[in-house]
Amino acid sequence: MGSGTSTRHHSAFQNAERTFKAAALIQRWYRRYVARLEMRRRCTWSIFQSIEYAGQQDQVKLHDFFSYLMDHFIPSSHNEREFLTRMFTEDRFTQDPEMEKCSDYESIEVPDSYTGPRLSFPLLPDHATALIEAFRLKQQLHARYVLNLLYETKKHLVQLPNINRVSTCYSEEITVCGDLHGQLDDLIFIFYKNGLPSPERSYVFNGDFVDRGKDSVEILMILFAFMLVYPKEFHLNRGNHEDHMVNLRYGFTKEVMNKYKIHGKEILRTLQDVFCWLPLATLIDEKVLILHGGVSDITDLELLDKIERNKIVSTMRCKTRQKSEKQMEEKGKANRKSSAQEPIPWFLPQSRSLPSSPLRLSSYKAHKTNRSSSIPCGGCLDGRELSRQVRSSVELELERCRQQAGLLVTGQKEEASRSASEADSEAGELQKPTQEEWRQVVDILWSDPMAQEGCKANTIRGGGCYFGPDVTQQLLQKYNLQFLIRSHECKPEGYEFCHNRKVLTIFSASNYYEVGSNRGAYVKLGPALTPHIVQYQANKVTNTLTMRQRISRVEESALRALREKLFAHSSDLLSEFKKHDADKVGLITLSDWAAAVESVLHLGLPWRMLRSQLVNSSADNMLEYKSWLKNLAKEQLSHENIQSSLLETLYRNRSNLETIFRIIDSDHSGFISLDEFRQTWKLLSSHMNIDITDDCICDLARSIDFNKDGHIDINEFLEAFRLVEKSCLEGDTSECPQATNAKDSGCNSPAFSVSAHCNSASWVQTILLPQPPE
Amino acid sequence: MADEKDREEIIVAEFHKKIKEAFEVFDHESNNTVDVREIGTIIRSLGCCPTEGELHDLIAEVEEEEPTGYIRFEKFLPVMTEILLERRYRPIPEDVLLRAFEVLDSAKRGFLTKDELIKYMTEEDRVSLCRLGW
Repeated sequence: MGSGTSTRHHSAFQNAERTFKAAALIQRWYRRYVARLEMRRRCTWSIFQSIEYAGQQDQVKLHDFFSYLMDHFIPSSHNEREFLTRMFTEDRFTQDPEMEKCSDYESIEVPDSYTGPRLSFPLLPDHATALIEAFRLKQQLHARYVLNLLYETKKHLVQLPNINRVSTCYSEEITVCGDLHGQLDDLIFIFYKNGLPSPERSYVFNGDFVDRGKDSVEILMILFAFMLVYPKEFHLNRGNHEDHMVNLRYGFTKEVMNKYKIHGKEILRTLQDVFCWLPLATLIDEKVLILHGGVSDITDLELLDKIERNKIVSTMRCKTRQKSEKQMEEKGKANRKSSAQEPIPWFLPQSRSLPSSPLRLSSYKAHKTNRSSSIPCGGCLDGRELSRQVRSSVELELERCRQQAGLLVTGQKEEASRSASEADSEAGELQKPTQEEWRQVVDILWSDPMAQEGCKANTIRGGGCYFGPDVTQQLLQKYNLQFLIRSHECKPEGYEFCHNRKVLTIFSASNYYEVGSNRGAYVKLGPALTPHIVQYQANKVTNTLTMRQRISRVEESALRALREKLFAHSSDLLSEFKKHDADKVGLITLSDWAAAVESVLHLGLPWRMLRSQLVNSSADNMLEYKSWLKNLAKEQLSHENIQSSLLETLYRNRSNLETIFRIIDSDHSGFISLDEFRQTWKLLSSHMNIDITDDCICDLARSIDFNKDGHIDINEFLEAFRLVEKSCLEGDTSECPQATNAKDSGCNSPAFSVSAHCNSASWVQTILLPQPPE
Repeated sequence: MADEKDREEIIVAEFHKKIKEAFEVFDHESNNTVDVREIGTIIRSLGCCPTEGELHDLIAEVEEEEPTGYIRFEKFLPVMTEILLERRYRPIPEDVLLRAFEVLDSAKRGFLTKDELIKYMTEEDRVSLCRLGW
């Protein structure tokens, strides 16, 4: 109670206080909302990255497996030997004699109806700009001009040193761009925003121009054209994706064959040559080193300067000169150095008898917490005793594989490696690089920086190293450099500094994982070489979405990919869940779910954070795991009801299988012979734990070969063919009669019915063979 | 009695795993530390809704004696477990939130303009008034 005024003041004060409190409340709530969004964004990122790296690991694993077989396998017949040689040896075409004579492209006619750009050489700036414009209008460059451009590009590249030295005194500014991965929109945007290349405007593109995106060809054409037009100002570095082996898996090979049905083969063959002649690094003013991946503690720029870079056609495990040869060369160096440098292949039992091998593959997150002592890449195994152990366990494993593959063994490992190297020298005229040379290049193209000091094997990618700030410092000091620019890793903001701002990662493919997932960026080096970053996101759609919508879209995409992966491991998950369900109630706690999922998938993801998106909230925190797995399967299956566990195996090996088929089809003809198919399948089945008899394989091969001409058209096969297990139309897979088939010897040609839909996922069908063993 | 203790242990173990997961998402150098500026995000993503003032107090609790700008997991874990066990900083129920908006919308229009919202959200006095125990 008081006078009128004070009451009014009092209530005014009360009002103000209420307002403040309301605002504070809303603030609190809003902060929580933003925090949850941020958490979701980070988790989504982790999902994409871990799946991406696991995929890369797969690729390397696969290649290692094949190369290993190649090294140690003794074919029992001449045919088998030839087949394997052809399949696994990197095709090195001796281009030089071909270069001298009139190249094939001149004989290619360009029809009058062709409305795309026509190139003539020497190229003029107008041609290059015309290319950009043409591609923007979705035109395609005629194969003749593609090949012509590639030949001219190679002629130019051959003159360049391994480490390109560039000076800023000629042009006012230098712009460095990172990975583009076939995303033409980003390249066009960069030129639009930053300006076209010119004598006053230098560019460096730091590798990974191709794969994944859909316009890799067009990007190469533009980049090569500008390089020919402005040779002093336009520079390209090789990335780990400028590699035909990697292209087989990540989409570039497919893109070329799709766009150039007649001349695709030749284009790919020519590209192999162009890629291996790309420079390895660019050095600006002797101060800023630009390379694609990173460095290691043994990176030696002088050595890199001197090697013949074109010898390294692919950075996947390649043939290196035999150690015995090298030893003889080095005039009696101690045996110790070379005895156990052969890393133990991942698929051999190693954790039991041997210490941490540098090639032990681990999950994305796990590696980061692995504080084991820094192992210098490739050199930690010691002693001949060790190598003897390796050899014996190798022999055992090899024997098993051989038996499963039904191939006979005669002779010893020594003979094997000798005959393998014979095959090498038959296959290619160029001398192979030494182990060290190869290692140097792999390090440059595949390594990633890490926060901890030291240098350890990059087990996630399967090649190169993780290098710490001390390694960077050491290198910069040794060569008197200011800082390093590299790419190779996607970053949410398109760039990232690390190692005390001595290493800059620059990544130019925006929306890399999904629309809205990340920005792209490029860096301009001004006077005194200070970096100035420009970011962008080349997609109009994202600008109209709210942040929450953007995050939701990307998240949904990541979750879809994750669910697919979960489904692909259904059987393993089921057995893992059962372990937590001792009383066989059919229920496990959500905590057990998280533990089980991680132990099967090894992705190092925050499963509890993701749980609400993957598992329907159940009462009292228990999960009926069998129905959960069934629901997963239901999502993945389309109209046709395909045998679930087989589909699962397929999914798990899908990209591998496609890669394998493309490897088999080494001349990119689109056909593989029945014989090749059978032989490859035998080798694969031991690797993939699928029990398949010879008869089944023959049956399958024959049933795929529609027109009975002894060849399987791979494109049709992969894209149009569909097999459905009649006996397994609906219901519980555990009751599927397929399960009983395993008891009978071989499969009794289950009734396959063929429906001829065209579907990109249809390669799946092939393998609807007898059940994998339980 | 023994049963309850077991149950509590299980709950605590589960909390520990949750907290560790959330923490690791922000542990960029994989050395069991996070930037102090991310602590708020971590705590909030675990379901809590502290005011800024409460957050500052929490940070003071988990910081080193000589603040390094980083929070270590070892210090964070027990404090966060306690918070979860005690169900502190519960999120705001929707109806209360709605009423808060209604308070700010004195003219009863059913909306707030962007400028108004910004004005309300960014005045600093809020912080001190939070301490009035809202």
